[in-house]
Amino acid sequence: MKLAFREAIRAFNRAPMLSMLSVTTIAFSLFAFGLFGLVALNLRNALQQVEDRVEVRGFISAGTSPEAVSAAVDDVALFPEVGSVKLVTEAQALERARRELREFTDVFEEGLLPASIEVRMKPGLRDPETVRTVAKRLENYDFIDDVRFGEEWVENLHRLRNIATGAGLALGVTFALVAIIIIGSTIRMAVLARSREIAIMRLVGATDGFIRLPFLIEGAIKGTLGGLLALVLTWIAVVVSGRWVLQVQFFETSLMFAGILAGAGIGLLGSALSVGRHLKKV
Amino acid sequence: MIRFTKVSKHYARGGPALEEVSFNLRRGEFAFLTGPSGAGKSTILKLVYVAERPSTGEVRVDGKSSVTLSRNDIPLLRRRLGVVFQDFRLLDDRTAEQNVAFALEVTGTSESHIGPKVARALTQVGLASKATALPHELSGGEQQRVAIARALVNDPLVLLADEPTGNLDERSTRGIFQLLRDINASGTAVLMATHDLSLVRETQFRTLEMNRGRMVFDSAADDPGAQG
Repeated sequence: MKLAFREAIRAFNRAPMLSMLSVTTIAFSLFAFGLFGLVALNLRNALQQVEDRVEVRGFISAGTSPEAVSAAVDDVALFPEVGSVKLVTEAQALERARRELREFTDVFEEGLLPASIEVRMKPGLRDPETVRTVAKRLENYDFIDDVRFGEEWVENLHRLRNIATGAGLALGVTFALVAIIIIGSTIRMAVLARSREIAIMRLVGATDGFIRLPFLIEGAIKGTLGGLLALVLTWIAVVVSGRWVLQVQFFETSLMFAGILAGAGIGLLGSALSVGRHLKKV
Repeated sequence: MIRFTKVSKHYARGGPALEEVSFNLRRGEFAFLTGPSGAGKSTILKLVYVAERPSTGEVRVDGKSSVTLSRNDIPLLRRRLGVVFQDFRLLDDRTAEQNVAFALEVTGTSESHIGPKVARALTQVGLASKATALPHELSGGEQQRVAIARALVNDPLVLLADEPTGNLDERSTRGIFQLLRDINASGTAVLMATHDLSLVRETQFRTLEMNRGRMVFDSAADDPGAQG
């Protein structure tokens, strides 16, 4: 093991340019993937925020007894799709309207706006179909005059989300594949550069496992360095974007570790495949 | 110790390289493998160190049969053999002693044993004073000595030499040949492929002559002890 580490380090020292090239290639491949990940992450967050606002509002007829309304609120809260239910009294509706639409403050008079039940859906159950079902059930109450949930808006949002997910997956897989192919070929170059050494190792009776180990270590080190560099590049991109273009959210710590780990994993896998293929051939 | 029984080797492209070759090399023996280029000398050596497998027939080396030898057994078998080539095959970025030590390191020899073994091997080939020289600082003859030291350092049963003097001038050739004889005298068998007939003629060693993949002459054929 010690020898394998020494050989891996020696390989770095012997061909520093080639090693740097491998690391930078891995870094840029992962950087492209990371940038894409950032876009996907921020798009998802933005959609999430919009989706959180999906709500069904049932307007209550004037003169309904508070007991009936409160019983209905408890009832609705038990629907499996429903996250939370809130009763907005006439007074609260008026106050909110005055707050949100200041320029019309004097237009709103008491009794103008009806009380309502505001229903928010559970996460993951905000698709048009489910929202419509809840709206229908709300309509069944006698004292509900009208139910609104911005049908068209919910549908558009849903479609946008599907497109974003599909495109994201396709692009993500493509980026990952490209990264793996590029990384695999740089490691293949490193293996070919040392084919003479491999031949000599075999000649003097080194086992395949022994020959493979330094390459695996080398691949993992390169992958880790590439992953770190990619992370730094992505972070710089976020800072630059934040200053001049648009504030975006960076990866959580666990995702950062996952990224570096992915780099190490790809390096390891690329090396294993390249060396394996080489050993099988000679 | 090395026994070929009706060994043929055919390549998918290029046709037959060996046709029904049979011979036996005993422990401690010295034998020349002669013949023109392409006669099959290198193929025989490759079959011994299992860089190739026979198409038909059987190669036995140190009791291990090519028929039953698994891929995992090959490295262990190679540790019992020493191989040297015309082009030395040294690692250019390592000193003479590092090149020799390499053969021990990659076969898992403990570090405390490596130093003394390397020193002994380099002394044996007469290069103790150039242990820290890089290959490009050495003459061709000296580089071949390093390669021989590397082949010897694991105390092999047999030294396989594929045209070891092919790249050397007359004087270096003599030196290397003498070294191989000394090695043989100390008990290691030597199988040396060469087309330098002057070396062959000046000694009484056994000669196996190849031509177009067939063994056309074995100087020990009359000696019953060499067969079987």
